[in-house]
Amino acid sequence: MSATSPVTPMVSMRGVDKHFGALHVLRGIDLEVAPREVVVVVGPSGSGKSTLCRTINRLEVVDAGEIRVDGEPLPAEGAALARLRADVGMVFQQFNLFGHRTVLDNVAMAPVAVRRTPKKEAGERGMALLERVGIADKAHRHPAELSGGQQQRAAIARALAMQPKVMLFDEPTSALDPEMVGEVLDVMTGLAAEGMTMVVVTHEMGFARRVADRVVFMDAGQVVEQAPPAEFFDATRSERARAFLASVLQH
Amino acid sequence: MQALLDNLDPLLRALGTTVTITLVAGVAALVLGTLVTIARVSPVPVLRGAAFCYVQFFVNVPLLALLLLAVFALPDAGLIMPLTTTAVVVLAVYEAAYVAEAVRSGVNTIPPGQLEAARALGLRLPQILRLVVVPQALRAVVQPLGNVMIALVMNSALAATVGVVELTSAVNKVNLVEAQPIPIFAGAGLVYMAIALAIGLAAGRIEKKVAIAR
Repeated sequence: MSATSPVTPMVSMRGVDKHFGALHVLRGIDLEVAPREVVVVVGPSGSGKSTLCRTINRLEVVDAGEIRVDGEPLPAEGAALARLRADVGMVFQQFNLFGHRTVLDNVAMAPVAVRRTPKKEAGERGMALLERVGIADKAHRHPAELSGGQQQRAAIARALAMQPKVMLFDEPTSALDPEMVGEVLDVMTGLAAEGMTMVVVTHEMGFARRVADRVVFMDAGQVVEQAPPAEFFDATRSERARAFLASVLQH
Repeated sequence: MQALLDNLDPLLRALGTTVTITLVAGVAALVLGTLVTIARVSPVPVLRGAAFCYVQFFVNVPLLALLLLAVFALPDAGLIMPLTTTAVVVLAVYEAAYVAEAVRSGVNTIPPGQLEAARALGLRLPQILRLVVVPQALRAVVQPLGNVMIALVMNSALAATVGVVELTSAVNKVNLVEAQPIPIFAGAGLVYMAIALAIGLAAGRIEKKVAIAR
């Protein structure tokens, strides 16, 4: 491995297979994400792209193959897995903020509980993060009082509060009203510009084209094609990717 | 009425016993019931099974039978406690089964995505339970828990049958002397109603205050 790539990949998947019952959702996935790289995963619904994203922090357990994060193989359930998850930020389609806590508490909870950060410091850092995602004025509100876009930005701040090595975005804008998609993508674009390693599953082709270092196209549980965005969008190699792009870009 | 006033002292003391039994058994039942729920939703099959059996046992055995068993059988087995303590323990373990059922329904109101988010942040199971699951489950079931507490007040009267001098036992004794069952028992009934009303109102207040907007 080290002979071919000088740096340890932040995420590496080798021969990953996964079934949901009879459904073969991931078929022999090989994928590497370099540090500071932004990989955008696109593909039709049911292509396995969300599942792929969720295997990286073991929210989905794979049947076969190996996944490494920053060189370390994913541990089985337990303290070691929790430690690894602390280093892997995740943003969900449905935001999944803790409904009984204020936005600031949502952001500061895990650093205090997991990293043993003093409460005051976690609060200050949380405020700074909320400032950064543009919802500092909502710090003391509860999630249900926020718009979808604001909730998703809070969720991004919550993940960032753990100072993760890599961020996973599982369709972060799919549950949003169209007018709120932009504010979330702006935050993600800023993160990418700062050098965060990101795996982004999305249907936002504009974001993929502008922000991705590499676009990965999945269909039927396989990585069909991967290329830098310019090449992927303008010189699409596979028939399946062409058909997919034709159907999503024609509107 | 005069019969009640003439015996105000022992009656108030007995009311105090009823309130004490209710408070201690109530708090114990809330804690124990929540622990049973945690076992019930835990990933450990043995704990889940034990919690299921616990709830089934106490929901399906009459409280009076449990009280008699504890008061007469436990000393036989070498465990001797004061009568009131025995009654408190039995009431607590009995009501805990109902608390557990109520809290479990509260757990079911928590969107599963929040648990995934908590795991993704690196929280361990005990932290997820303490920080995410239990606080939200309890908030969702304040009113049902209030009803369990009201049932506990009423059930505390059964302690009279095993010799604890709580409110029901005391009014019964007063009636044996005064022979005025209507004012005496109606008076006691009104007191029970007032306690139940207070618990119901408090539950409503608390529910409003801690409700989670969704």
